[in-house]
Amino acid sequence: MRGYKLRKRIDTIASLLAIGCVLAALVPLVSILWEVVSNGVAVLSWDFLTNRTATGIGNAILGSLQLVMYASFMGLPVGILTGIYISEFGSNKVGSTVRFFNDVMANFPSIVVGLLVYAAIVAYLNVGFSIVAGSAALAIIMIPIVASTTEESLKMVPNSLREGALALGVPRWKTVMKVVLSNGRSGVITGALLAIARSAGETAPLILTALFSTFWTTSLTEPTAALPTLIFNYAMGNSQLTVDEAMRQAWGAALVLIILVLSLNVSVRLLSVRRFKKRGKEAKTWRAKLSLRS
Amino acid sequence: MMLTSRNTFNHQPSGRGQDPIAPGKRRCGGIHATKQGTGDEARDKSARHPKAVPSVLKRLGRKGDRVFVYLVGMVALSTLALVWVLVAMMVTDSLESIEEFGFGFLTGRTWDETKDIYGALPFIFGTLMTSAIAVAVGVPVSIGIAIYLSELAPTWIREPLSFVIELLAAIPSVIYGLWAMGALRPILVNSVEPWLIKWFGWTPFFEGTPQGLDKLAAGLILAIMIIPTVASVSKEALRAVPDSQREAALSLGATRYETTRMAVLSYARSGIFGACVLGLGRAFGETMAVTMTIGNSNLISWSLIDPGQTMASLIANKWGEAAGLHRAALIEIGVVLFVIALLINIFARLMVGRVMKSVPTTGGGL
Repeated sequence: MRGYKLRKRIDTIASLLAIGCVLAALVPLVSILWEVVSNGVAVLSWDFLTNRTATGIGNAILGSLQLVMYASFMGLPVGILTGIYISEFGSNKVGSTVRFFNDVMANFPSIVVGLLVYAAIVAYLNVGFSIVAGSAALAIIMIPIVASTTEESLKMVPNSLREGALALGVPRWKTVMKVVLSNGRSGVITGALLAIARSAGETAPLILTALFSTFWTTSLTEPTAALPTLIFNYAMGNSQLTVDEAMRQAWGAALVLIILVLSLNVSVRLLSVRRFKKRGKEAKTWRAKLSLRS
Repeated sequence: MMLTSRNTFNHQPSGRGQDPIAPGKRRCGGIHATKQGTGDEARDKSARHPKAVPSVLKRLGRKGDRVFVYLVGMVALSTLALVWVLVAMMVTDSLESIEEFGFGFLTGRTWDETKDIYGALPFIFGTLMTSAIAVAVGVPVSIGIAIYLSELAPTWIREPLSFVIELLAAIPSVIYGLWAMGALRPILVNSVEPWLIKWFGWTPFFEGTPQGLDKLAAGLILAIMIIPTVASVSKEALRAVPDSQREAALSLGATRYETTRMAVLSYARSGIFGACVLGLGRAFGETMAVTMTIGNSNLISWSLIDPGQTMASLIANKWGEAAGLHRAALIEIGVVLFVIALLINIFARLMVGRVMKSVPTTGGGL
């Protein structure tokens, strides 16, 4: 047996190393936020946000909004229904297969999703590089995220609610749509917001499907600019602007994008913290009631 | 009685934020309705929430159950089927290149658009190198974080701190790339790389001149990007270790460190291994940050300070100018990437099983 002092010292060193690891992860996070804010704030102005390419990023903001909006229309309902199926009717082979591939899809390289959508919509359906193709790619990225968060939140709805509703003669579908879904509602919304945040920051599938544009576009079958693709193109020097001006605008666009994405993430977090607290309280009183009765 | 209860149930404004289920309330409602008798039924019916359910299902009544299950099941299955149809389409698009190069595609060293000769070896090599750096740097840090969060940290700090770590996954990868070009590159060029060359220049891994846009930069960025995934899955794996393990070790007089090493880490090792494989999968498929930092050259070089190219970054780089056989070859690289990602993910999922649920989905884009 080694001496106690030595063992104690090793213990302290190991703890310090673990704290060091945490700091090592926090340094890049803080540095990224600092760099983006300090470089981006100077660029922000009303003109920058509303003008199109050359002096502003207005068309990229519009493009991003359109892409995310159409992707939500396609992806969210499908994702939520998939989540409902896995959670409520998924205790069979079909359910576990869907769940498994859903989990696998969630970690797919997004550039492969871009290629898939390119093969189907751009090449096979011959639509060309377009908003439709870009938002389809984003929708495919959204589906597994929404489905798994929906599943998680519906599973947290206590079984006694389903049993209670069914015992009262309510059909199963109505039980699911009204009792289960409305109780897991906040979790479903959380998942939807997370999926929107994630898809807003996606770049790789967009450079394969939506390409880029320097104009205002609202037509579904035209290529469009988006914030992430704008940052990429400007940072890599694929633009008519001077290098300095391109980098300046890229930082400005990065600030807009990071505000959008992080505010969604943080608000989701605050929402779900409150939800968990509330749920815990309810469960307690509910259990207390039960025990009183017995 | 049953009918009345059903009506009362329908009446519950479940969509209005009120909890329709609190058992006490339900019971009261039921009794109340029975007391009122059947006269109330008509009023209840007319007062039904009109938009509560799709009218088709309403008319179907109990048959709606089966229709509903099939409907929802079909949506769930259709996404799965759709993805496989898309995969088939992608493979079809790459057939031109597959027929032209066969298996030689994977071992070919030239990528020449002018002569239309395409080989993927430099990019497979680049992907392996950058992922190796990412895992070598990122995994120890992630495990340290996981140990701190699950074993050492005071309880009040655990939740906020793990949220902050997971925020790393929320930052879009293109912003990582921008940050690496703007902030990380000067540090690498001015201090880290000269130091590495000075002390380790004799190994084949650190030859060359510092440029800041190279495999080392890409690998470090990837390391940062896999930290949230690996750390949070490992943390869940450590949390799943029963407390009796820790208590047994502590009661034998082990220190906190010895307890963690002997009783906790060895118990959770399969989960942690799965977390690392999952991190590897992320590093393999990551595109944007790598494209912006790796320097984009078709060179096969063991030196980390030389530029390179990964499979994903090649697709992102050449896509705009590619056509014909060139594009088919890029899609074939995508197929290779798809197969690798599929295998890694299936393997990781089988390794970790239920721990998997904690993978942060807030990711900023692989």
